[in-house]
Amino acid sequence: MNILSLFPAIPLMMMLGLWISRNRTQIRTVMVTGSALLLALAVWLVFAYLAQRHAGAAEPMLFTDSREWYAPLDIHYAVGVDGISVVMLLLSAIIVFTGTFASWRMDTNVKEYFMWFCLLSVGVFGFFISIDLFTMFMFYEVALIPMYLLIGVWGSGRKEYAAMKLTLMLMGGSALLLIGILGIYFGAGASTMNILEIAQADNIPLAQQRIWFPLVFVGFGVLGALFPFHTWSPDGHASAPTAVSMLHAGVLMKLGGYGCFRVAIYLMPEAAHELSWIFIILTAISVVYGAFSACVQTDLKYINAYSSVSHCGLVLFAILMMNTTAVTGAVMQMLSHGLMTALFFALIGMIYGRTHTRDVRQMSGLMRVMPFLAVGYVIAGLANLGLPGLSGFVAEMTIFNGAFMHADTFHRTVTIIACTSIVITAVYILRVIGRILYGTCDNAEHLRLKDATWDERVAVVCLIAAVAGMGLAPMWISDTVRGSVSGIMAHIMN
Amino acid sequence: MNYTDILIYMRHEISLMAVIIVLFVYDLAAGSRGRSRFSAVTCVLLLLHTLVNIIPVHGTAQLFGGMFVYAPLHSALKSMLSVGALIVCLQADTWLRRDDTEHKRGEFYILTLSTLLGMYFMIGAGNFLLFFIGLELASIPMACLVAFDKYKRYSAEAGAKYILTALFSSGLMLYGISFLYGTTGTLYFDDMPARIDGSPLQILAMVFFFSGLGFKISLVPFHLWTADTYQGAPTAVTAYLSVVSKGAAAFVLMAILVKVFGPMVKQWQTMLEIVIVFSITVANLFALRQKDLKRFLAFSSISQAGYIMLAVIGGSAIGMTSLVFYVLVYMAANLAAFGVIAVVEQHSGGKVSMEDYNGFYRTNPKLAVVMMLALFSLAGIPPFAGFFSKFFVFSAAFRGGFHAVVFIALINTVIALYYYLLVVKAMFITPNNEPIPALRSDLGAKIALALCTAGILALGLTSCIFEGINALPSGIW
Repeated sequence: MNILSLFPAIPLMMMLGLWISRNRTQIRTVMVTGSALLLALAVWLVFAYLAQRHAGAAEPMLFTDSREWYAPLDIHYAVGVDGISVVMLLLSAIIVFTGTFASWRMDTNVKEYFMWFCLLSVGVFGFFISIDLFTMFMFYEVALIPMYLLIGVWGSGRKEYAAMKLTLMLMGGSALLLIGILGIYFGAGASTMNILEIAQADNIPLAQQRIWFPLVFVGFGVLGALFPFHTWSPDGHASAPTAVSMLHAGVLMKLGGYGCFRVAIYLMPEAAHELSWIFIILTAISVVYGAFSACVQTDLKYINAYSSVSHCGLVLFAILMMNTTAVTGAVMQMLSHGLMTALFFALIGMIYGRTHTRDVRQMSGLMRVMPFLAVGYVIAGLANLGLPGLSGFVAEMTIFNGAFMHADTFHRTVTIIACTSIVITAVYILRVIGRILYGTCDNAEHLRLKDATWDERVAVVCLIAAVAGMGLAPMWISDTVRGSVSGIMAHIMN
Repeated sequence: MNYTDILIYMRHEISLMAVIIVLFVYDLAAGSRGRSRFSAVTCVLLLLHTLVNIIPVHGTAQLFGGMFVYAPLHSALKSMLSVGALIVCLQADTWLRRDDTEHKRGEFYILTLSTLLGMYFMIGAGNFLLFFIGLELASIPMACLVAFDKYKRYSAEAGAKYILTALFSSGLMLYGISFLYGTTGTLYFDDMPARIDGSPLQILAMVFFFSGLGFKISLVPFHLWTADTYQGAPTAVTAYLSVVSKGAAAFVLMAILVKVFGPMVKQWQTMLEIVIVFSITVANLFALRQKDLKRFLAFSSISQAGYIMLAVIGGSAIGMTSLVFYVLVYMAANLAAFGVIAVVEQHSGGKVSMEDYNGFYRTNPKLAVVMMLALFSLAGIPPFAGFFSKFFVFSAAFRGGFHAVVFIALINTVIALYYYLLVVKAMFITPNNEPIPALRSDLGAKIALALCTAGILALGLTSCIFEGINALPSGIW
């Protein structure tokens, strides 16, 4: 069995383990063991991948394996990773691990909750290792449906509305995606579903690319919060339970960016060149509009959800710039945003669990009451607004650097417009930090609150370590990514 | 042709006929104690019948001068249908133990198996006459089944609606067949394509023929009987009607369109395009507002029929495989859904409304999960089988170049997901102070649900079934 298949296999085993668990201790044991294994596997994979690259492996994908599944339709279970997917797998493993700790004190229907959570991670991991269009699409949809019940059953606020809206919008996206995938398959001669082989053959007629490219891009773009299809995101994130928000904003939204790049642009480069301007405008709107919307929100989760729209918009924006630097930046932004937004949602969940409100206006002076959580929040905020030394800075720097490499007026103008989001981000981040953390705490009930428990500390420390690690040693990640990105770029440019 | 050929190639029909005769004699001879074991006897016999015939005989054959044809794919389909009938029989047991149906238990099984035999003849027909006899054999006992709860007003009404529509559509179809005979001078499928030239009379014949089968498959605009009949009929019969009867008719429709009306491919493709778009869309829109689960599944089954037609429209061999596979997967999912509904209805005094299911998961977690799996499979959510079967029919239609139809069908999957999720929401999310109390289903229902669940989980992930079907010759290409 291929080592990569362990990624979806471990969560499946965890589901089995959860199914036979009798009490909460057993459930926790299963979850911690499983997610720690996943994390260890992901870290090992990074090193193994780099070792193979240093040893001179030059194929676009390593650790590849392909098994025939549905022969009459050329469907294979095909897996493989390059620098981009290795990094995304690491991100997913970190989020699943910390998400487990963030939902440590869950008390209703714990078993079912974690089973759905594991199914969600099966989809996520499976998606990142797949290099067959059908398998990839299948895992993509596997990741969507557990969200409905996770939000609907364990969520808060207008959970039924939010769950339904999120599920239907994402399924709408995947309907577009499915027809796009069929279009690619038949357009490329109906002989293979393997992404690498389709890219190699590079024979989809331009007239067809013009139809399928927008469908695939929008299909994935819905999940990547592309304006105007982002409206599921604020409602969904605000209603979801903590760990689900973390996984969804941290990893699932990256499926969108990853798919846009791996499928839409990689397989249909001519149409991508021709039509990118439409989507560049849309993503620039996402970036700025998301940031402005975050400014006027008063619910902590809504603020962070709109901030995610803005940052994920930046991912798509960078991907559409189609040069090595910008795309490397996009992947780093996916990683960075995944980590820091997970940190944010974890902290918001923890604060909400204590104060029972997420309204910014009803909180103040929390720094004195819960210093650990407050400091974590400050760090997450600083990473979000791009402070050097934390992950956000390296990612955004690389993106804008790459975007500005285009010498024409159009690209430069949109880049400058997108750049303004940095300033707006600072506005809403600092406003919230100033409001809820500093000042005097005038709510007597809040003064009695306790700081983080050990399980919460584990989650927060892991995420902060990852955010800071990426900010302090960015070359390590950017080198992993850049090699693969430049290979793909060379293909796209020809 | 010699008599051994008949024994080999018609063994499905012969063994089913034997089962029916044995049951008939048993019903007469057994006393009241013997009759209480009637369902067990039927299920065992039906299981034997399925197992004996499960491995298809190789090679195609024509019997009675081309009146009856055999191809391995027919055999696979017949086995599938008998598994479906077996599941329905398992589910029907509790219902039939009721006081007012107890004494006519034998009739239920014999009538059900007669319709199954009719479908076998429909599938194996090589001539329009045998085909028509098969169709009638499959329809008329069905009307009795629909009206089986004759003391319930709805059931009797459903029976009347069914038989009237069935007669009308049979008449229409027969009229079409007479046109065909008039213009071609033959009723044999094999001789027909050479004499079909697409003259207006033949187009009319094709449309009439299509309407007749469209009624069986309940495609829009021939669907008007569906909701009332599904709601009024006993749940086991509804399940049978929605799955087995529909599956057989869909297969036959494709076989005849491709084989007999092959020269008129452009005409029937245009017609199908319109029918598919309307079936899926109209049914979905109506399903949104249903409160009664049986009515709801009726509209869902109309839209599923539209999806099945996507496999037909391309007219390709892979489309035929996708169709058979879709029917198989649909059978597992729909029978599971109706199985749960039947169990709940029987044990809770006839609760079938969606609101009754609020909070169902809290009291009956297992049944709720089976229902959820069934609905997810119907909605086409991976990793359940429905995702794969939907993908294959889309792919088949796309291969034929019907991009716009596939697109509309795909958009409709989102609407469909919405109403399937409404049921999931009722069961899992909506709170309820008085949910349906915990139920204990009987052994037959348990086996049936277990079979269906296994099908939902395994049919898609293991590719061997699809490839097995694909490898069987259909005798058309």
